[in-house]
Amino acid sequence: MTAQLTVVRAGALTTVQDAGRHGHAHLGVPRSGALDEPAMRLANRLLGNDRDAAVLETTLTGCALRPDGAVTVVAGGAPCAVTVDGRPAPWGVPVRVPAGAVLNVGTAAAGVRSYVAVAGGVTVEPVLGSRSTDLLSGLGPEPLRDGAVVPVGTPASPVAVPVAAPWPAPPAELVLPVRLGPRADWFSPGALRVLTSATYRVSPHSNRIGLRTEGPALERVSEGELPSEGMVLGAVQVPPDGRPVIFLHDHPTTGGYPVVAVVAPGALAAAAQAVAGTPVRFTLG
Amino acid sequence: MTWNPALTTRPVGRHALLVELPDAGRTAAFHAEVLRRRAAGALPPVEEVVPGARTVLLDGVRDPEALARVLGGWEVPPAAADHGDVVEIPVRYDGPDLADVAALWGVATEEVAALHAARAYRVAFCGFAPGFGYLTGLPEELHVPRRATPRTRVPAGAVALAGPYSAVYPRATPGGWQLIGTMPDPGPLWDPGRERAALLAPGTRVRFVVADTARGVAAA
Repeated sequence: MTAQLTVVRAGALTTVQDAGRHGHAHLGVPRSGALDEPAMRLANRLLGNDRDAAVLETTLTGCALRPDGAVTVVAGGAPCAVTVDGRPAPWGVPVRVPAGAVLNVGTAAAGVRSYVAVAGGVTVEPVLGSRSTDLLSGLGPEPLRDGAVVPVGTPASPVAVPVAAPWPAPPAELVLPVRLGPRADWFSPGALRVLTSATYRVSPHSNRIGLRTEGPALERVSEGELPSEGMVLGAVQVPPDGRPVIFLHDHPTTGGYPVVAVVAPGALAAAAQAVAGTPVRFTLG
Repeated sequence: MTWNPALTTRPVGRHALLVELPDAGRTAAFHAEVLRRRAAGALPPVEEVVPGARTVLLDGVRDPEALARVLGGWEVPPAAADHGDVVEIPVRYDGPDLADVAALWGVATEEVAALHAARAYRVAFCGFAPGFGYLTGLPEELHVPRRATPRTRVPAGAVALAGPYSAVYPRATPGGWQLIGTMPDPGPLWDPGRERAALLAPGTRVRFVVADTARGVAAA
């Protein structure tokens, strides 16, 4: 049986996310998708969902939902207090929410993004093969607002038996392994030493498009404009102010600022959970 | 005549390769060759092929180094001028920057339409917004700078110029390009529910047609 979730409290930013919109970058379509992809997959696995079933991604302040039929959910990702009709419920494992009860996913105690997966998955209409909200170009469903209704699919039968699963802790320090290039030659050797030795901090202006950093500016040796070229997930782009921006899932698909290095894909989930002020170190590797 | 591109390739992280080409024409030819070989199953799996102004990004590649070696052996035919779909875009030349562009071109305002519509264009690459194509084809003497102050809102269907490029805005966004006209019905530019979501995808040839009245969009 399918159900619907009514959004009682949308929180700061809650969006629908799945594994993203692939294969359309040449048309200017960002990949989008869950920023902490391992967290999305683990939550789905605990429910017997397809690994890439759509989930809700919250930002810092969680959200509250009321199903019109009983549902099983997992709230994972950034750790937070979970309640059902005000009674404490566990985080990170399946929770049964009766029809009409309010599931509250609280403010993140650490980290940024919590994931609310529901057995059967969120089944908003896909756009270009994905249900993800893309904040850069406005594809997919709008960010959720109070009162919005979210459809849920048919759960796997039976819902998988809960297993204890380790959820990685949000980073106290963000270590980002990078490979230099493709435009490292636009920067001085000194700038490359700064990149790999200085401590940056996560800027509060970060979002789903990019993790912005605060720290020493990287000096360019090559002046002028870079003709627009394709951009990858994890690209460390350096705008004119010299502060590295790490491209996350809603990044533009082409751009005109030089990319000094690229972050290893395995480090991006931690980047998505790094709160403003977290120290950032770039390491070669 | 084919050319060995003597490619410059730059690794981009662990799973992508940026291929640099000497000019826009050879970028278009190389991009077309990548697509041909991929369609023929003669290319290792690549998730995204993203052309830029002078580059083609191959992203989602298992072994970028091995792919770079393969590309080094390619012979690439030049881009045929008549290759690719042709799309006609009707334009009312009524943009707010028409007089400024005329002044930059050193012509009367009335001549902008004829000069712009006389050229053959091709979508070099997309970006900025879904379905926003960067069209090459204007000769260098008609290149114009961006506006000093970007507009906070450029309407969908605005026909615009900046640097070597022409474009048609698929939806309303901020923008700093010079607006010379309007596509009367911009609806066909971008439709994610359609098999071909972007009317102006990379490689598409474009002709601008002067529309005096409410003409519909010519069939692609």
